[in-house]
Order: sequence, then structure tokens, then C-alpha cells
Amino acid sequence: MSAPSYLRIAAAQLRRDLALVWARRGDALQPVLFAVMVASLFPLALGAEPGKLAPLAAGIVWVCVLLAGVLGLDALYRSDAEDGGLEQMLLSPAPLALLVAVRVLVHWLTTALPVILIAPLLAEMLALDRALLPVLMISLLLGSPLLSLVGAVIAALTVGLRRSGMLLPLLVMPLYVPVLVFGAGSVAAAAQGLDHGGALLLLAGGGILALVFAPLAAAAALRIVHS
Amino acid sequence: MNALLLWFHRTGSPPHFDRFTARWMPWCFGLAIALLLIGTWGGLFMVPADYKQGEVFRILYIHVPAAWSAMFIFVAMAVQAFIALVWRIKACETLAVASAPVGAMFAAITLITGSIWGRPTWGTWWEWDPRLTSMLVMFFLYLGVIALHNAIEDRRAAARAACFLALVGVVNVPIVHFSVHWWNSLHQGETIQILSAESRMHYSMLWPLLLTTLATKFWYLGSLLQRARVLNLENESAQPWARALAAGSR
Repeated sequence: MSAPSYLRIAAAQLRRDLALVWARRGDALQPVLFAVMVASLFPLALGAEPGKLAPLAAGIVWVCVLLAGVLGLDALYRSDAEDGGLEQMLLSPAPLALLVAVRVLVHWLTTALPVILIAPLLAEMLALDRALLPVLMISLLLGSPLLSLVGAVIAALTVGLRRSGMLLPLLVMPLYVPVLVFGAGSVAAAAQGLDHGGALLLLAGGGILALVFAPLAAAAALRIVHS
Repeated sequence: MNALLLWFHRTGSPPHFDRFTARWMPWCFGLAIALLLIGTWGGLFMVPADYKQGEVFRILYIHVPAAWSAMFIFVAMAVQAFIALVWRIKACETLAVASAPVGAMFAAITLITGSIWGRPTWGTWWEWDPRLTSMLVMFFLYLGVIALHNAIEDRRAAARAACFLALVGVVNVPIVHFSVHWWNSLHQGETIQILSAESRMHYSMLWPLLLTTLATKFWYLGSLLQRARVLNLENESAQPWARALAAGSR
């Protein structure tokens, strides 16, 4: 029997991960609920006048997406580390980086994408100017893969830690700062009538860089922690 | 084997490393303290007051060397981490991990002195300025390296994970350095040009800065050696030579 091609291994991993998510589809709604709840805290804390909320809306939506992503990161490798699936990934003849990339893709599809889909609702709750919604959506679609990829590298370092609950957000948030600055900054620039293309292009460029290097780095980190 | 390579391998062995650090650490601290005293005295009493800022500017003799050192130590830590991960040299793991608390202290000193300077000069303790924010991120990254090292129980795995995080975090160093060029920053750009001859700071004001800069570098070396020595002894605490040393010092 010849070894299956990398593509088929990746497809099998994709099917398995999606099947696992589908088996617990109730949990998949949790990031969305979390984002909605955090977004509803801001009007309660700041006061609900639209004039006050509207300038802050894009930044608040970005922070909600970021926080939902940070809290979801812990689940990226945890079940695999507990049931031994991670060892099988490490031993697999397919490149570990490919398997990690598939895992990050599934994670992004199931935690980040639902929150992005709900973002127009959040924006409406926070009275964002509707003309800015397309810029917000593009910035989220470009920036959130970057968050997932960078997060996958850092999460790999804390795999198997019992006390990782607070540590992982502390490690990953400094690295999220530039993404947040450019993501929310693009909407702020658009709101002032300035050119917002530069920030979006930087996000896209960063996303492509992360797409190439982050799976390799995450694979290296997994091997370091598991050696 | 050539002499340099031999020296390198010998110093990497834990008992030699211990003796090496014990020998050089007092010299580094001694030089650092001497330079720091002369430089601070020069900065406080010898140098004329700035024609625009008055006496407030004198804090730069601490602020600027600390900021340079915070960046320098991050790069040094990343280089040591790279060597540790690629060639699996244990001494470099120890050195990289030992660098983090020193760098964190310098980053904290930079932020605190900058804040004290900012209050009378800019009229605010803190400004969300690119240079200040990226320095704060660097401080957080240092804390992250320390926290990750403390969180993992297996010592080797902890050191290697911390090394990896240091390598990832080094992307922030160019952001700190170029932040005053890339964005409109309240923070001033460079005044001092080391490579080109045209420095915009007169020598009468520059010399204490050079001394305190050297002082922070020697302080880093001394503190690095001391911390690395402790980590090394902890790692090797089961070995006879380490036990003999601990028994002898009591």
C-alpha cells in the first residue's frame, strides 16, 4: 500500500475536524454569544446615546472579535493533547505544518467566521454609521485569519499546560496589538474621510506572511514543547 | 580544534560556566556602578541646562540608555534563543531566559522615566503614541517570556518554549525603533547619530550619555551572568560539583 498523498491526509483531517465540531454544534455558538454579550456591555457601561457610541462602534466590534478569538484559542489543540491525537499528528508522515494549517482553518471557520457574520448586528447595536460597515467587514475578514494564525503559534507553546487559562491571553495579546491598530484604524480613517486602503493592504500583507510562516512556526513550537 | 571553538565548548559545560560567571560578574557590576556614578554626576551637575526644556531634560541620561538597553537586550535574547534552539546549546537557553528579567526592568525604567519627563514637558503622564505603545508592548512581551518560563514545569521544555516566544517577539523591535518614522509621533526622532559624524547633540552634553549607556550595558552583562549562574546551579543541583559548591559556601 502506498502512502496517501498529502492532499488526501489534509482532506481527511479537515473532514475529521469538521465532524467533531458538528458533533458538538451547540458549543460552536458560544463565541457568537460571547461577542454579543460583550458588545452589549459597552452601551450599558458608557451610556446608550448613539452620538456617544457611534464613534466607538468599530473599535468595540474589533475588540469583541479579538476577545472571542483569544478565548477560543485554548481549544485549538487541547482535545488533541488530551486524547493523544496530537502525538499522531506529530508522527504523521504528512508535514505537521500542513495538519496545523488545516486545524487553524477549521478553527477560523468555526469560531471567527460566525462572529464576523454577526458583526453587522453588533455594528447596528452600537449605532455604527452604515456607510462604514463594508470597511469594517473587509478589515475583519482580512484581520481575523491573521489573529487565528498568530494565535496558533502561541497556543502551541502552551499545549498541555494545566494553568494555561490566563497565560495564553497574556502571551498572545501583545502580538495582537498591531492587528487591532490597523483593523480598527482602517475604519477610523474611513470615518474621517481619509484613505483606508493602506491599513487594509497592510492587514492583507500580514495575513499572507502569517499564512506562509505561522503554520511552520506553530509546528516548530509543537515539536519544541513535545520533545 | 581551534582555540576559540575549544573555549566556546568548555565554557558551555556547566561547572566551567559557573566558574566563568562567578569570575566576571563582579567586574561587570563594578564597572557599571563606576560608569553610572560618573555619568549621572556629569548629567546632573556638569552639563548645562537645555535652553528649551531647562533642567527637566537631565532625565534623558537615564531614560535613553534604558530604552536602548531594553531594545538591545531583546535582540540579544533572541540571538541567544536562536542559537539555543538551532544548536541545542544549554548555556544559551540559560542566558536567553536570564536576559528577560533584566530587559523587563530596563523597559519598565524607560516607561517610568519617560512618563516623569512627559508630565512637565508634554503635560501628560501617558500618551497613546506609537513609540510609547510599542515600548509598552515590548514590556508585555518580556513579561510573557518570564511567565511562560515559570508556567512550564519541565525545566528544559520551559527554557525552550520561552526561547521560542522570544524569537517570535523580536518582530516588535523594529516597530519600536522605526515607530517615530512610520507614524506621526509626539515622541521625538533620533538626535544622536552614531554612524554619521553629524550628531545633533553637542559633545558637552553627550559625554555623560555615553558613560551611562556603557554602564547599562555592563549592568546587563553583570546581571545576566548572575542570573544565568543561579539558573545553571538550579539546573545542575543534582550534580556533585554543584552540591560541593553549595556546601562550601555555607
